[in-house]
Amino acid sequence: MQTQLKINGTEHDLDHDPRVSLLDALRNHLNLTGTKKGCDHGQCGACTVLLNGRRINSCLTLACMHDGDEITTIEGIGTPEELSPLQTAFIEHDGFQCGYCTPGQICSATAMLEEARQGWPSHVTVDVTTSPELTDTEIAERMSGNLCRCSAYPNIVDAIRQAAGKSA
Amino acid sequence: MTAYLKMDEPDHRRRLDETVQGIIGTAMDRPDGAAKVTGTAIYAHEDQPKGMAHGVFARAPVAKGTLTRIDGEKLRALPGVLAVLSGPKFLRNPAQGGANEAPVQGSETIAYLGQPIALVVAETFEQARHAAHMLEMEITSEDGLINPEDAGYETPEDQQDSQGDLEQAMRDAARSVDVTYTTPSHNSGAMEPHASIAAWDGDRLTLRGSYQMPNYNQYELADSLGVEPENVRILAPFVGGGFGSKLGIAPEAVAAALAAREVGRPVGVALTRQQVFEATMRRSESRQRVRLCVDSEGRLTGIGHEAYVSNLPDEEFSEPVTQATPFLYAGAHRVIGHHIARVHRTCAGSVRAPGESIGVTVLENAMDELAHDLKIDPIELRLKNIPDKNPTSGLPFSSHTLAQALKTGRDRFGWDQRNPEPRSRREGEWLLGMGMASAVRVNILSEARARVTLSPGGTALVETDMTDIGTGTYAILTQICGEMLGLAGDKVIVSLGDTDHPHGPGSGGSWGAASSGTAVFLACQKIRAEVAKKLDADEADLTFKDGTIIYGNRQAPLSDLIDQEIAVEGHVEPGKTSDEVTQATYGAHFAEVAVNAVTGETRVRRMLGVFAAGRILNAKTARSQCLGGMTFGIGMALTEEIAHDPRDGHIVNHDFAEYHLPVNADVPQLDVVLLEERDDYANPLQAKGIGELGICGAAAAITNAIFNATGVRVRDYPATLDKVLAGLPQKA
Repeated sequence: MQTQLKINGTEHDLDHDPRVSLLDALRNHLNLTGTKKGCDHGQCGACTVLLNGRRINSCLTLACMHDGDEITTIEGIGTPEELSPLQTAFIEHDGFQCGYCTPGQICSATAMLEEARQGWPSHVTVDVTTSPELTDTEIAERMSGNLCRCSAYPNIVDAIRQAAGKSA
Repeated sequence: MTAYLKMDEPDHRRRLDETVQGIIGTAMDRPDGAAKVTGTAIYAHEDQPKGMAHGVFARAPVAKGTLTRIDGEKLRALPGVLAVLSGPKFLRNPAQGGANEAPVQGSETIAYLGQPIALVVAETFEQARHAAHMLEMEITSEDGLINPEDAGYETPEDQQDSQGDLEQAMRDAARSVDVTYTTPSHNSGAMEPHASIAAWDGDRLTLRGSYQMPNYNQYELADSLGVEPENVRILAPFVGGGFGSKLGIAPEAVAAALAAREVGRPVGVALTRQQVFEATMRRSESRQRVRLCVDSEGRLTGIGHEAYVSNLPDEEFSEPVTQATPFLYAGAHRVIGHHIARVHRTCAGSVRAPGESIGVTVLENAMDELAHDLKIDPIELRLKNIPDKNPTSGLPFSSHTLAQALKTGRDRFGWDQRNPEPRSRREGEWLLGMGMASAVRVNILSEARARVTLSPGGTALVETDMTDIGTGTYAILTQICGEMLGLAGDKVIVSLGDTDHPHGPGSGGSWGAASSGTAVFLACQKIRAEVAKKLDADEADLTFKDGTIIYGNRQAPLSDLIDQEIAVEGHVEPGKTSDEVTQATYGAHFAEVAVNAVTGETRVRRMLGVFAAGRILNAKTARSQCLGGMTFGIGMALTEEIAHDPRDGHIVNHDFAEYHLPVNADVPQLDVVLLEERDDYANPLQAKGIGELGICGAAAAITNAIFNATGVRVRDYPATLDKVLAGLPQKA
């Protein structure tokens, strides 16, 4: 079947099996392997991409459900020559080790900062009626859908705190 | 040109303290960082070649039996299916670390539930997956022993040790403990599932895989396939975590290679997460009996540590639970026992710090029990019992930092705020407590080679098939080379994970950085000597800095002295310093926990690790390794547990929804202190391994803190809510 995906601003016409997940479309069909497969069940967050600006697990959705949608992958967040503030902060704070969960972490954090800016509460927000301050506890809670077995969590929190400050 | 060292003598020169480039030991950013944060680093199932077909495994639904037939023909009629493979070359078990030869092979005999027995190859992943589900197989199922306690234990003679008379020492003791703990099977949980892409060019195979030790994997793969090792090239420039699970060649590599030859085009096979759990490696569960006895001064007179573990019938690996017990504490009377049950469960192998991760943890729980019984501070008990030489072998220690780590941690953590009386601090419904544990891990030097090429333009290239599995190899080899040759970090290129390069030591057993780093060091030292020849000088009298050579009162750019590349292969082998002294790394863990009096939930509030591992090569990546180890400790203490179905060994919780790794919210801002140390016996870098030290004993600090908070001693890991709650008073 045919699906048109707009990925990182570029339109891709995909002729594909209807069973192809969005993640496999990226990795196996479009050579956008920055998005990682860690569990294929929405349990690890390595495949996080932005769908019309919101973070999703790309393994849990089919490519054919996204005709016309705007998708941003890690390749659209920044490049080695032009890093996003989050990417720079992840390097400075060693917010990764093996690097496999990292694109998902950064995509997730990119969207998370926007959610926080819009005042979305989280599980640890004490007063849900006001815009929550992005404390370390808030960052850690909001990033808990992205597993990191190397356990760079404290460094990931440091990196996001720094990037949030810079862009605030 | 080569530069060879057999490490027979300590190296007291400490060259890296004299060099002036100033990058060794610094918190330099990883050179591979930009590639990783932008998704441009290439992992195993990436850079897919044109025309690549996809393979998906069909696996055994029983724990023991014989595969008598598969109906591949029926599948060939399904859309896209290219081949269905099975047979004697299929791996039954993955290779153990350092095997260097084929592991147990053959899909006919089924030894555990989930064993890969056939590979279905199709044009697309979806077609292959669908067909694999449809595969009809005939299996003669047999009863197999599943549970270690039912199977009974073998007692291998060469793994028992005793000295003195522990029974008598226990009877004579002023105080003693005799406790039994259990730890469950664990999974490594590397974020990148095992995957391989195989491509043949005539007789030559190139395999892109997620492997920690290509230097061995090349031979394991070649032997499994029955081809010459020279015809096998393995590429693993980036490895998405290993933690032991990718030490040896795994089923997908062999199956991908066989399939690629069969269908005449490249084939990629990526394991699913469930397959990683069931068909690679688990850490064996353990039952551990620890006996400790002391005199009236709190000095240990005896230590007993007996371990009961399991593995498949044909496997040599046996979790070395008691590895550090013979030398960690003093005590004249000792019993070391090792027992293994043969069961039909997923293969047991290395998971981060095999041995000490669970062995030191339980020993450190027993020490806490003893300290509590004695009403002595747990740090004091340990300080009293640090031996001045290896109490089992009588060998001297190469260096010993346990006391310093304990004291540093005590002061930094605020240990004096701890009330030794359990259940004495409370905030609302949270009970607070502190715990500590010693950390120890044996230190190993492994044979390693690396080639360094210096160009007149002032750049250097480092090549070895050593891997960076997140450990920081790209960074530390850059720093060693830059420091020795006087080059800024951005003037050094490090190329890893390619078996066409000289063989490194592989990433495992915490030996990677020091071993491969020494090979680079040796090559650089020889290059310096070659440059010095031009000046008729001794290389040690030259100063290399920022691409220039300073000699006497002269300073000249490299290009003035050399007009062509100098390439040297460094090669190190372990020698007498591995046998004539006891080498280990030490540390101390501290944890503060809050345990909910109503639910039994434990939250780690603070954690401090103080570690010494010789010269720290990169302060940033070394710290990150420690964070990782300590977090493994949080998982081990609180949540991680493989649940085997007692009927067939099936790993019931074979994914990340049910096998609970710590998530970001479970881990507070961990504090890490790296002590200054030089170990001249370790290698010319004076550096030791740090990748595993952080996990050794970490869980004990947390469970000891739970006891301090609640008075509940959970001896059956992990300390989940139900177990803690069972010991709490009914009225919270």
